[in-house]
Amino acid sequence: MPEQVEYWGIPHQWGSPNILVYSVMFLAGAILIFRFFLQARIWWKVGRSEARWNKLHLRIWNVIKYAIVQTRVLRQKYPGIMHVALAWSFFIFFLGTALATINVWFIKFLVGPVFSIYKLTLDVFTIVFIVGAALAIIRRYVSKPDRLTYQPKFTWTLVLLVLIVLGGITTESLRLAVEKPINMLWSPLGWTLAQIWIATGASDTVLINTHLGIWLIHLFSAGITIITLPVGSLLHVLTGPMNIFFAELDRPIGTLPPTPANQEGVPIYVSKLNELTWKQILNGEACTECGRCQDACPAYGAGYPLNPKEMILGISEVLKDAKSSPKGYDVSLLENSKLSTEVLWSCTTCAACITECPVLIEHIDTIVELRRHLVIEGMIDAELQDALTNLGRYGNSFGQSPRKRAQWTEGIDPPVKDATRESVEYLWFVGDYASYNPSLSELTAKTAMVLQKAGVDFGVMFKGENHAGNDVRRVGEEGLFEMLAEKNIKALERCQYQAIITTDPHTYNTLLNEYPFAEPQTILHYSELLLMLIKEGKLKFTNPLNVRATYHDPCYLGRYNGIYDAPRQVIKATGCDLVEMPRSRDLALCCGAGGGRIWMEEGKVNERPSESRIHEAAALDSVDYFVISCPKDYTMYQDAVKTTGHENDLYIKDLIDLVAEAL
Amino acid sequence: MTQDIFVVIEHIQGQVSDISYIMIAAARELAQAQGGNVVGIILGSGAENLKDSLAADQVIYCDHPALAEFSSDACKRTLLSIFTEHDPRAIFFGNTTIGSDICSSIATHGSYPVINSCIRIAEGGAITSQICGGKIMVDSQLADKTTILTMIPGGYKPEQGQGGPPTETINFSPPDLENLKVKLVQFIEPVPGDVDIAQEKILVAIGRGIQTEDNIELAEELAALLGGTVCASRPVIDQGWLPTSRLVGKSGKSVKPDLYLSLGISGATEHLEGILESKTIVAINSDPDAPIFDVAKYGIEVDLFDFIDPLLEQLESAKNG
Amino acid sequence: MTEIVVIARLVPDLVEELEIAPSGTALDLSWLRLIINEFDNHAIEQAVILKEKTGANVTIISPEAEGVEDMLFTTAAKGADRLIKLTGIDEEKPTNESLAQTLAGIIKEINPDLILNGVQAHDDIAGDLAPQIADLLNLPYVGYISGVSIEGGQAKAFKEYPGGILAEMEITLPAVLGIQASEEPPRYVAISKVRQMMSTTTIEEIAGDGLATENNFVIDRMYLPEAAEKAEMLEGNEEEVAQKLTAILQDLGLL
Repeated sequence: MPEQVEYWGIPHQWGSPNILVYSVMFLAGAILIFRFFLQARIWWKVGRSEARWNKLHLRIWNVIKYAIVQTRVLRQKYPGIMHVALAWSFFIFFLGTALATINVWFIKFLVGPVFSIYKLTLDVFTIVFIVGAALAIIRRYVSKPDRLTYQPKFTWTLVLLVLIVLGGITTESLRLAVEKPINMLWSPLGWTLAQIWIATGASDTVLINTHLGIWLIHLFSAGITIITLPVGSLLHVLTGPMNIFFAELDRPIGTLPPTPANQEGVPIYVSKLNELTWKQILNGEACTECGRCQDACPAYGAGYPLNPKEMILGISEVLKDAKSSPKGYDVSLLENSKLSTEVLWSCTTCAACITECPVLIEHIDTIVELRRHLVIEGMIDAELQDALTNLGRYGNSFGQSPRKRAQWTEGIDPPVKDATRESVEYLWFVGDYASYNPSLSELTAKTAMVLQKAGVDFGVMFKGENHAGNDVRRVGEEGLFEMLAEKNIKALERCQYQAIITTDPHTYNTLLNEYPFAEPQTILHYSELLLMLIKEGKLKFTNPLNVRATYHDPCYLGRYNGIYDAPRQVIKATGCDLVEMPRSRDLALCCGAGGGRIWMEEGKVNERPSESRIHEAAALDSVDYFVISCPKDYTMYQDAVKTTGHENDLYIKDLIDLVAEAL
Repeated sequence: MTQDIFVVIEHIQGQVSDISYIMIAAARELAQAQGGNVVGIILGSGAENLKDSLAADQVIYCDHPALAEFSSDACKRTLLSIFTEHDPRAIFFGNTTIGSDICSSIATHGSYPVINSCIRIAEGGAITSQICGGKIMVDSQLADKTTILTMIPGGYKPEQGQGGPPTETINFSPPDLENLKVKLVQFIEPVPGDVDIAQEKILVAIGRGIQTEDNIELAEELAALLGGTVCASRPVIDQGWLPTSRLVGKSGKSVKPDLYLSLGISGATEHLEGILESKTIVAINSDPDAPIFDVAKYGIEVDLFDFIDPLLEQLESAKNG
Repeated sequence: MTEIVVIARLVPDLVEELEIAPSGTALDLSWLRLIINEFDNHAIEQAVILKEKTGANVTIISPEAEGVEDMLFTTAAKGADRLIKLTGIDEEKPTNESLAQTLAGIIKEINPDLILNGVQAHDDIAGDLAPQIADLLNLPYVGYISGVSIEGGQAKAFKEYPGGILAEMEITLPAVLGIQASEEPPRYVAISKVRQMMSTTTIEEIAGDGLATENNFVIDRMYLPEAAEKAEMLEGNEEEVAQKLTAILQDLGLL
């Protein structure tokens, strides 16, 4: 029966090859562990402590899902298949070597059919590797997409991996050429290559000697790969799964971390390397430089200074520079151009980066924490300063009297209920933009009238409502957020209601995920309410729209809170023919207003994210309606449709517009 | 105490400012109610000829090198000695960068009551003032003793105070003007060779609503089409986007164009003070409650960025025929 | 060390609609929202800038009013060293004359080199505050200042003259200056910093002696202006309005 032969063709006269193999491997392994330990130790030494050991079973599950199965990597076809081919084949090779070792020292099971399947698997995955390597070579040296980093270390990695695999398949094919075992067809690739060696007519001795040489190369290339792992691009093999293992599990992404404090209770406004947590430093080291976050980032796409990939690598850069600097680790992050104030202020907090990252890097947490420092130091632009001052004084960013907050209700009959005076079923938290922006007051009034038609018992808080504070928090003004939340919670406590509804996803996000309510609340986005009303038959559409429409997923509704279907069902219920844009659901491109950007000076821009989105919609086949479900989206896209010259062929419609039209 | 109404004439670099004429017009009405003369006070150096255009009955002129240009310490000392000697019924000061420097401290020193922001004299010599950014009106009476009034433009046209020359000139010997605590070192002239917006017939004014420096191009295009010049309110000048020579308002220039077209200016009182002499004001602002609409002849409630291109188009085709 | 005193006041916020009290001669206080006088905000900023440059000691004095504690703590968060609240004020605003006298007494004790105040407050009907204090203390006063530095026993300041002309002034210290604009725009202070100040800083209270509310002239009435002839609003979409305006300009012979 065919079986695994240990050290076939390796001479034993100078002693057992075990000594060579195990000493090389143990040495390489020891060097790897030692070097990696030295590197990793610095993260814990420099960074602040943070406990991330809870929910072990979930953490292990995440490693399986993201590091082994690599679901995030597979979100894109070409690089997904490419990387999975390379990674899984090496998992299999590693497993193969491990099984062979067990076979030698413990149980001899690589015999007969088991052995044949073992050989087949290894061969198949060698083919898989070759396909992956070919895809990688084409990608890195021919197509050269922008988002990758082009540095020698990536070439070295490819060379070493190819060397290892070639070494493996060559030695196998040489052995097969000599041995010609019974089960040779279970190694199809090896057997095919063996034909070449046979065809050369070389003698067995030549083949065996060649085999020895290549076997040694294979051994040493494996050793070199292991030794150079901490300084090459393969570091992510260790840091990636670590980063995945230690990912944040307790907070949903819609909840920002609180401001940390030192032992005396003094708040820490992060600006220096040693004020980051060790996990934030690990983020920098785990980055595989894949560039998916860069591709997805609306700020980067528009030409703003922010590049999320470079920002994360910047942390690693600062760490590296600090190691050799006399100042040590007590060094400011902001002095690195990848983490400058312009970079930090460019972020819209759309969460596309954290949705794409294969190793679960948490870009936004770091950006917001650094923004907190900028706010404390007053390093904000004049427009943002005005907005924050207005929010502090009047509870709205427009600088208008709180008494005018519900001016949009004038003329609505029956009058909109005051939830601070009478109990209502649904308390409608209207939000700043829907209340004060003149181009939105019509829509807000329409929303009220639709709800009235559907017989919904609702009310608003009139001047008792303040800005919910979601973007205040994202801008880094924690104190102002706390103040606004306190005021809002106090106002809500005086009201009687069953559930809170809002048309604004930002408001939705912070009420749901960040407000410290004393009692659990039901918070609904109006798309959910509309769907409920449709299902209950309270909204009957007598005039189906028969229009081709596309839907733009708001960041804070979709990526942040997973609500993708309710709005789509509402759109379809009104009789629209829904066509998806290429970037839909969690791929949707942010309109550019979030993260406080709508309060900041625009600066130089190549193409606004909102304009890019309009182009994307206009490219769809005869789509007339661009449907949104967020007030800021409404204003951003109304502007964009004009500046791109599409105001006569693409109409911006809110869900309420569709419902009103179809009733 | 006489029944004469004194007016402290403001002048800079040899020019009498408009507020002085406005004060004379107001002083005339007050003098008629009180039964006294309108007396202009000119402090200067070789500046006696400035009295020639004043529609005042008398002029008190004090000459001293330290009074060549306004400086608070020298002028305060001089005026105090004039008032002590002459004891008028009321004294007008401009509510300006010149008058405000001295009127309140003179008021305290001489125990004169002071009424701010007077805009016009009402029936029977009552004083009408405008405060709180123009949102509140106050009617008051002169006190029983010499009262100081500070004047803002808007109630009278400068022409109403022009005329003269006054029939009598009293030369007043300056008091001790040694050891002055305030010294004017030098004027820092605005950009030389720049347009004098006070002489322009057509002005396109920009305010905070223009948002960025780059957008000023739009206003310049509009101004070029109309054959005018761009000027601005404080927020634009503070940002450094235009030189101070283009500032219109209380501490800038007073303008009197045939057309004043404002883009994104809300109409703060400091700015409005500078444009009240315009023949036709057209205001463009997205806020229907903006105070500028209270002084404009025509108003357009629109986002200026939505409106500029259609306007430029229409004007082009109208010009080309 | 240079001593700087800043007098900061709260004034009615013009964002809200103002109402007249039943008496007919004063503002209705129940509808009033108070905010810091923007010029005083600049004066505070200028004082803090001077402190940062020369290491001065900055004292802020403010008459009691709704929200004055928040305002004072904010100045502390910006860098002010000493906070004084003038008490003994009921609902009605004291006259500038009596306020000046009271403040002059307090300031005399402090004996500062420089006194800064916002050049005007829009609700002042009876003169400006700072020049009155200057006279009581026999100090020079210059207003409409937009930039100050201290050299030797003198202040070098830029004063705005009419027509957009700026002048360089030399003023012997001690002196009182009316600030129009600080050298740099007033900085933003994060609310968490202000809240921190609330727990670590105290506001001194000094009782106001002899504060009066009756002016030394008679106010007949206070009223809202008649709805002025508002502008003729041009209606229509952007093209229509552009046409209308062009026609108007042509009629006026301006094209």
